[in-house]
Amino acid sequence: MVRERAERDTAGGTLPPARRRSRIAALRDDLGGWLFVAPATLLVLGLSVFPAVWAFLLSLQDWDGFSPPEFVGGGNYAELVSDADFYAAAQHTGLYTVLFVPMSVLAGLFLAVALNRKIRFIGLYRTAIFVPFVASAAATGILSTYLFSPQFGLANNVLRTVGLPTQGWLEDEGQAMLVIALMSLWGQAAFTTVLYLAALQDVPQELLEAARLDGANRWQSFWSVSWPQLAPVTVFTAIWQTIGSIQLFDLVYTTTRGGPLDATKTIVYYLWEKAFRSLEFGYGSAVAYVLFGFTLLVTIGVVIYSRRKGMEAF
Amino acid sequence: MTAIITTATDAGASVAREQLGAQHPRHGRRRRPSAWHLVLAPIALLFVLPFAQMFLASVSPAKELIAFPPPFFPSRLDFSGYATLFAETDVLRWLANTVIVSASAIVSHLVLCSLAGYGFARLRFRGRTVGIFLIIATIMIPTQLLMIPTYILFARLGLIDALGAAIVPWLASAFGIFLMRQFFLSIPAEVEEAGRIDGANRWQVFFHLVLPLAKPALATLAIFTLLSSWNDLVWPLIAINNDDAFTLQLGLANFHSTRRTQWELLMAGNVVATLPLILFFLFAQKQFVATMTLSGLKG
Repeated sequence: MVRERAERDTAGGTLPPARRRSRIAALRDDLGGWLFVAPATLLVLGLSVFPAVWAFLLSLQDWDGFSPPEFVGGGNYAELVSDADFYAAAQHTGLYTVLFVPMSVLAGLFLAVALNRKIRFIGLYRTAIFVPFVASAAATGILSTYLFSPQFGLANNVLRTVGLPTQGWLEDEGQAMLVIALMSLWGQAAFTTVLYLAALQDVPQELLEAARLDGANRWQSFWSVSWPQLAPVTVFTAIWQTIGSIQLFDLVYTTTRGGPLDATKTIVYYLWEKAFRSLEFGYGSAVAYVLFGFTLLVTIGVVIYSRRKGMEAF
Repeated sequence: MTAIITTATDAGASVAREQLGAQHPRHGRRRRPSAWHLVLAPIALLFVLPFAQMFLASVSPAKELIAFPPPFFPSRLDFSGYATLFAETDVLRWLANTVIVSASAIVSHLVLCSLAGYGFARLRFRGRTVGIFLIIATIMIPTQLLMIPTYILFARLGLIDALGAAIVPWLASAFGIFLMRQFFLSIPAEVEEAGRIDGANRWQVFFHLVLPLAKPALATLAIFTLLSSWNDLVWPLIAINNDDAFTLQLGLANFHSTRRTQWELLMAGNVVATLPLILFFLFAQKQFVATMTLSGLKG
């Protein structure tokens, strides 16, 4: 179309009316195009680029939303560096990430391998494993609180039945994060499973056949043929689940509210408390920017690493 | 980034296709049942267990839920959890609010994102490249970064505490635009050329020729929007403090402090909030699976 316009322009080069017509045509194209894209574009950019810039300006101020804002430059960031509560929150977030990411990648891989076969009831199995995906954080929170209730919960009931000591679960500082990670896994296993299933179905059958003819058993042919083919998905799910883990908030809010003894207070929970409970908009924004920067670093790091390794995930 | 998202969408679609075939395995000859049943059956049960507990507890007598130890199956059906829920809380209003939020989100997404997606994919105009680049770049911005300024912005616009606050952020999304653009890029240009030759303008071409082809993409977009808007918690939590404008998720999360020990009521509320999506999932599983990868991407 651009070339077309250029041709029209040169063709009518010596004739002013034609040139004017082509300019009008170009304007009409612009107007027509923007009529299509403007409403959605303005909404999306207005609610992302504009607030993102604003958040940066806020992070340079001390402001509670009422009194006049005070410009503090990098003050909030300097304060953050020596904020023990922030480090504690980062540690809790790290613990969740370390628990959840490997679990969800391995569970996705295992479930995909298990589900990637045509046997009776397979549709039923898939439905059962995929359906928790629709459960909201609020619903999952209530369910977790009951299932893992020390007195009435099914988890402790099972332990009692088999004669093992019962646990405090969400009420135990050492176990609360594990319970949250398990319930996240329940709701999100479908995501990694679907990605791995798709990748498994793309593994060339001829390669598996060839491995089998070479005398490899199923276990060997999985690790030497399928697994390398799955590398891009592994990188992708790991990075995506890591980004999601760093942003954990909902399930903490609906189960422990950061407790017991702040053991599940994550970075985003801390951010939310600072901004919307103590009304420290500037400090909250600084926390948000540090989180954003960290997310970018993780992403870029993994992308570079996987490029070096020759895994074409991106 | 573009590549990742496309990969993920394709992955969802191909599993969805595969799944239909897998549900009807052909039994050419009688075989020994696979040993994988021993693995899959317990796992499937484990995944269904929390929902089973939810439904059973919602129809259990209150006393049995706090008995020691509580029975998994109720001794008799007791709907008092639902009765109290509907009588003492505003759950019906919250349900209506959630339906309003999700319905506006879906309609608006389908209209605005398909228009924009088509514009960016097929029309030529100045600012197009910058526009789509900015939109894709915003996918990388975490929502946590936007919460504070968006809250202040909405407060200044007088939207806070009104249902509008919950609706506006869902009217369009970068993902929606991107998804539709990728779809429109994939349809052959001949379709539109034929329409142009017949003298149709770009609006007629879009509405009569292109959009009818986009049904699968529109279905994916609708489910994606339904899932994310129905289940959203953080934004309503920040923007709405007024009971009348609560969404279901916010109401449920609030029970955490107000109805802590009324398990039959909490579980009944859970059923009200979750059952619509479970039923939707069971009826449109193929489309849901195709959407799952996308929703995961939302983070």
